[in-house]
Amino acid sequence: MNKSTEKVAMPEQNPQVRARNFEEVTLGYNAEMAMEEAKRCLNCKNKPCVSGCPVGVKIPEFIGEIANGNFEKAYEIITSTNGLPAVCGRVCPQENQCEGKCIRGIKGEPVGIGRLERFAADYMMSQATSNVEKPESNGHKVAVVGGGPAGLTCAGDLARLGYEVTIFEAFHVAGGVLMYGIPEFRLPKAIVQKEIQTLKDLGVNIMTNMVIGKVLSIDEIMEMGFEAVFIGSGAGLPKFMGISGEALIGVCSANEYLTRINLMKGYLEDYDTPVIKSKAVAVVGGGNVAMDAARSAMRMGAEHVYIVYRRSEAEMPARLEEVHHAKEEGIEFLTLNNPVKINGDENGRVKSMECIKMELGEPDESGRRRPVPVENSNYELDVDTVIMALGTSPNPLIRTTTNGLDANKWGCLVVNEEMLTTKEGVYAGGDAVTGAATVILAMGAGKTAAKSIDEYIKTK
Amino acid sequence: MFRITKKRQLNDSVTLMEFEAPFIAKKALPGQFIIFRVDEKGERVPLTIADYDRDKGTVTIIFQIVGKSTLKLSKLNEGDFISDVAGPLGVATEVNKDAERVCVVGGGVGCAIAYPQAKQLYNMGIATDVVAGFRNKDIVILEDEFKANCTELTICTDDGSYGKKGFVTNALRDLIESGRKYDEVIAIGPIPMMKFVCDVTKEYGIKTVVSLNPIMVDGTGMCGGCRVTVDGKIKYACVDGPDFDGHLVDFNELMSRNSTYKAYETHQCNLFKGIKD
Repeated sequence: MNKSTEKVAMPEQNPQVRARNFEEVTLGYNAEMAMEEAKRCLNCKNKPCVSGCPVGVKIPEFIGEIANGNFEKAYEIITSTNGLPAVCGRVCPQENQCEGKCIRGIKGEPVGIGRLERFAADYMMSQATSNVEKPESNGHKVAVVGGGPAGLTCAGDLARLGYEVTIFEAFHVAGGVLMYGIPEFRLPKAIVQKEIQTLKDLGVNIMTNMVIGKVLSIDEIMEMGFEAVFIGSGAGLPKFMGISGEALIGVCSANEYLTRINLMKGYLEDYDTPVIKSKAVAVVGGGNVAMDAARSAMRMGAEHVYIVYRRSEAEMPARLEEVHHAKEEGIEFLTLNNPVKINGDENGRVKSMECIKMELGEPDESGRRRPVPVENSNYELDVDTVIMALGTSPNPLIRTTTNGLDANKWGCLVVNEEMLTTKEGVYAGGDAVTGAATVILAMGAGKTAAKSIDEYIKTK
Repeated sequence: MFRITKKRQLNDSVTLMEFEAPFIAKKALPGQFIIFRVDEKGERVPLTIADYDRDKGTVTIIFQIVGKSTLKLSKLNEGDFISDVAGPLGVATEVNKDAERVCVVGGGVGCAIAYPQAKQLYNMGIATDVVAGFRNKDIVILEDEFKANCTELTICTDDGSYGKKGFVTNALRDLIESGRKYDEVIAIGPIPMMKFVCDVTKEYGIKTVVSLNPIMVDGTGMCGGCRVTVDGKIKYACVDGPDFDGHLVDFNELMSRNSTYKAYETHQCNLFKGIKD
């Protein structure tokens, strides 16, 4: 039993150094550190941590195995319910989930569940041999649209049950937001591809460059002999503020900025995709995507990077760790500030952004205190780049080309608690249903859908 | 991987390429585009579909060398492979079946995209005039193809070295002034050309459709790079377009935004060719 009120410290790259490179920020526990941290777990009978996990990882069980040095066994326990442990250990908002419910968190820090999950996954990946075996086919075919966290999870769970699963991926590589959105320094792409390789070893077939809704409709997929379809097509069009100057050169969405850097590897000299070179960058928004964009801009060589957020830091939706890391790396936080307009020079390039100061008023419908402008507090922020990280609205390609698929007024697909859409045999989950949310919630939805699809096909 | 089945040099900088893409060929319609990535390190680049053969399962593109990616693509030969091709993307051109007479205006390599439009309209029995403009005689493309698929072809060159001397706008104005009644004009080419065509047709109140080519990354409605202002609202060329009502498009903004990476592209191109900036 380790009675320390603090987690075993996570080795990290020095902030000044890492702010200028794309290598992973956190280096991961070694075996000794992991066993030490695992011994902080009280192995509670009622397992509050598990109730906080969208994919129901058997947390005390796997931590118990780590404490005893049985790392492979720990990995097996995790992967019995979670197909992407190396990803989840790195990007889940644990403070709101498993760790948020940890009893050790009442007096001191909770057990570092995410760090331990990552350790087990990384340990197994470092072992040369893969022990994944392709299960015997049950003869049923299922299609998954979108190779992001929801689709990969759904595909993995179904493949383990013997289904013949094909993932239709729109991009040239599977992974979805794990590839195009979350940066290398937070989630190395080699790790994502290793997790995807595990699915391929399970027999999952991945077809890239297939933009469903365009190249094939959902009905055509079903005519090809797929008995059920899961739609995990992810988030879509980025939102802009609708303020003057958003069409200037140097204004882009976080999706575009991050896609150029992550999916297209624009930060590497020998890749062809260009990325804006900036001196001073304003990132508008306070979520994880805003933090990723800001920290990427710093790594691309910017001298000043500002987070401009209209509420206060307490309301920021970003993970605590991301905010903490961003600050360490020199990102300047302008909270309670809202952009009013973007000014350009004679060549149509951004030269500054006018902001207004805000203060918190009465709580709004989200329960958070509504930010209200402070009159006559306008000022100009000298920036040459503005990145909008304001969220997205769902992609219209599938809903507009599929009969019988209902969406709500925001364009999100309507599903019941089994993840069944309004069309028979068609299930959906992830951002396509919820609007922009987290990797783990999308995975949870993919998992629920896989269970429902299995029941649907078995009882058909 | 997508195998190249045909390559033809149309002029010094414009190449026609046909490649195997059975899924895309089955669904493609005039006005739609593909996104290609030439190799592992390449950009994702949009190109309008010039032609397709549903039986053979092939798609044809016609492109001009404008940057490193198109330069790299132009170096590939029959039998070589393009790493990735996704499509058909965008909304197909809306065809006005009741139109009696239409004028299709193409500028430079834009003629490659104007051609399938003219062909489709002409083969529907609609009187289709084509005005095709080029800088000079040496870069005229698709003359025979247009001749076989339109009612009347007017070729113009800026320097008068072939066909009529002058810009497409002059030729279009002459046709209108001569009494041709157009239900619609389709203009495809460089942004200034489309803008000036729209200025002319606005005078005569003729509906004009343009095909836009903004900067894109994913092409599927995710990055927002291709946003254009149409009638004062943000539209995304990849999912709402690429065709828009030319009288409502903010061309100046589009022109400015398209220059975002110009210096970088020139530099990359020169590096690839081994010459100094």
